Amino acid sequence: MARKIRVLVAKAGLDGHDRGAKVVASAMRDAGFEVIYTGLHQTPEMIAQAAVQEDVDVVALSILSGAHMTLFPRVLDLMRERGLNDVLLTGGGIISKEDMGALQKLGVGTLFGPGATTGAIIDYVRGWVAEHRAGEVGTAK
Amino acid sequence: MSAGAEAPAAVASLAEGILRGDPRMLARAMTLVENAAPEAEAILESLYGKKPAAPRVGFTGPPGAGKSTLVAEYARLLRAEGVQVGVIAVDPTSPFTGGAILGDRVRMNEHATDDKVFIRSMATRGSLGGLAARTGELCELLDAWGSEVTLVETVGVGQSELDVAEATDTTVVILTPESGDAIQALKAGLMEIAEVIVLNKADHVGADAMEAALRASLAFRPEGSRPPIVRTVATARQGLDELHQALREHREALAKPEIVGPRRREKVRARIRSAVREGLLDAWLRRQGFEDVLDGVTDDVIAGRTSPYRAARALIERMTRDGKRTNGNGN
Repeated sequence: MARKIRVLVAKAGLDGHDRGAKVVASAMRDAGFEVIYTGLHQTPEMIAQAAVQEDVDVVALSILSGAHMTLFPRVLDLMRERGLNDVLLTGGGIISKEDMGALQKLGVGTLFGPGATTGAIIDYVRGWVAEHRAGEVGTAK
Repeated sequence: MSAGAEAPAAVASLAEGILRGDPRMLARAMTLVENAAPEAEAILESLYGKKPAAPRVGFTGPPGAGKSTLVAEYARLLRAEGVQVGVIAVDPTSPFTGGAILGDRVRMNEHATDDKVFIRSMATRGSLGGLAARTGELCELLDAWGSEVTLVETVGVGQSELDVAEATDTTVVILTPESGDAIQALKAGLMEIAEVIVLNKADHVGADAMEAALRASLAFRPEGSRPPIVRTVATARQGLDELHQALREHREALAKPEIVGPRRREKVRARIRSAVREGLLDAWLRRQGFEDVLDGVTDDVIAGRTSPYRAARALIERMTRDGKRTNGNGN
C-alpha cells in the first residue's frame, strides 16, 4: 500500500483563529494526506504527545497570536525530548522574516506567512517527506 | 525492502519497546502494520499473547450522535479507576483524493497529556465497514503496550457498517432523540449488533419517545437478548456510571464458561481466516505475475479484442489450471 503522509495540524496557545488552520488542513486532505486535527488551545505538551501517538511525519502549527518565538521552540524541544528527531516542525502565521530566520536556525522548517498558497505548503511538505523519510523501515514498496 | 537485512533487529527492538510501554515504538509499529509493511507480520507475531488481551469496547452510531465525546468521557471514568486505556478512533478517507481529516482528538483533549491513555486516529483507506482494515491488529499492539480496556470508535455509520461487532467484545450503539424514525430503518443492521444501546443527548426533547420506540423495537426479541438502554448526556457527564455498569454486566456475561470458549474459538478462527485470505490472495497473484498479465489483458480489452468479462474468465481458468491443487472447481 502506498505510504500516506501524516500531518498533525494544531493551534497552539490562546489564539482562537482557526480559519487558516482549517483551510490548510482541507487542502492537505485534498492532496491525499492524512491530517490529524486537534482543535484549538493546544499546549506544547499536548502537541508533542499527539505527534508521538499519531506517528506523524510533520507537525504544522498555526500561530496568529504573536507567541511564535515561545511556542515553536518549546514544541521543538518537547518533540526532541520524545525522540521525534525525524519529524518536521513547520507552520504559519503572522511572523516576521527575522523571526522566521531565527526559528529556522533552531531547527524549525520553512514557515509560511500571509499570502502563501496552499499549493506551496503542500509542495514543501511533500518534498521534505520524500527527502527525509522515504527510506525508513516499512515505507518501501 | 531496503531495510530487509536489518528488519529482524528492528522488529525485535520495536517489540521490546512496546512491551516496555514506549509510546513512540508503539506508534511506529502501528504505522508499519497500517501500511502493511514487510515487517508488520513479524511484529504482530512476536507480540502475540505476550500480554493479556484487553476487553475491546466498540462505539458506533450515526454521525453526530456523540461517539467521540462519549469515548472521551468513558475513558475519563476508567482513568479515575486507574485503568490504562487505548483508543482507536476511525474517520473516513476521501474516496476521491485518498486524504482524510481525522478530527476525533478534538473531543479527547483532556487525555492529551495523560501517558496512560494512548489515542490513535485511523483513516478507513477504502474499507467500507465503518472501521479501518487493520483496526484489530492495532488493538493487538495496544494490548502489548499495556492497554487494560481498549475503546474503538467507528466512523459515523448508517445501516450496514457493522465490522465493529466482529472487531470488539462489546458493541455500544449510540443514538440520540433526533435519530427518531430512523430506528425503523436501523432495525435490520445496526440495532442487531447492539449489545448496549446508549441514548445520548437524553436531555433533548423527544428522549422519552425515542426510548419508548427503542423498547418497542426490541420487544420482539426473546427475553435475555435485549440490550440494555442507557440514557446519557455525555457533555454533562451524565449516565456514565450506568454505562460502566452495563458494560461490566455484558463482560461478566461473556465470561461464562459456556460462552467464553466458543466465542474465543470463533474469534481465533476468524482471525486466522482473514490473515490467510489476505496473504493467500496476494501471494497467489504475485506468483502468477498478475499485474503484468493484467496489463496485457487490459490492452486487449481497450483495443476491443475481448470484453472484461471474457478476459476475467479466461484469466481465472488459466490461473486455476496452472495451480497445483484447485479441487476441480475451476471450470
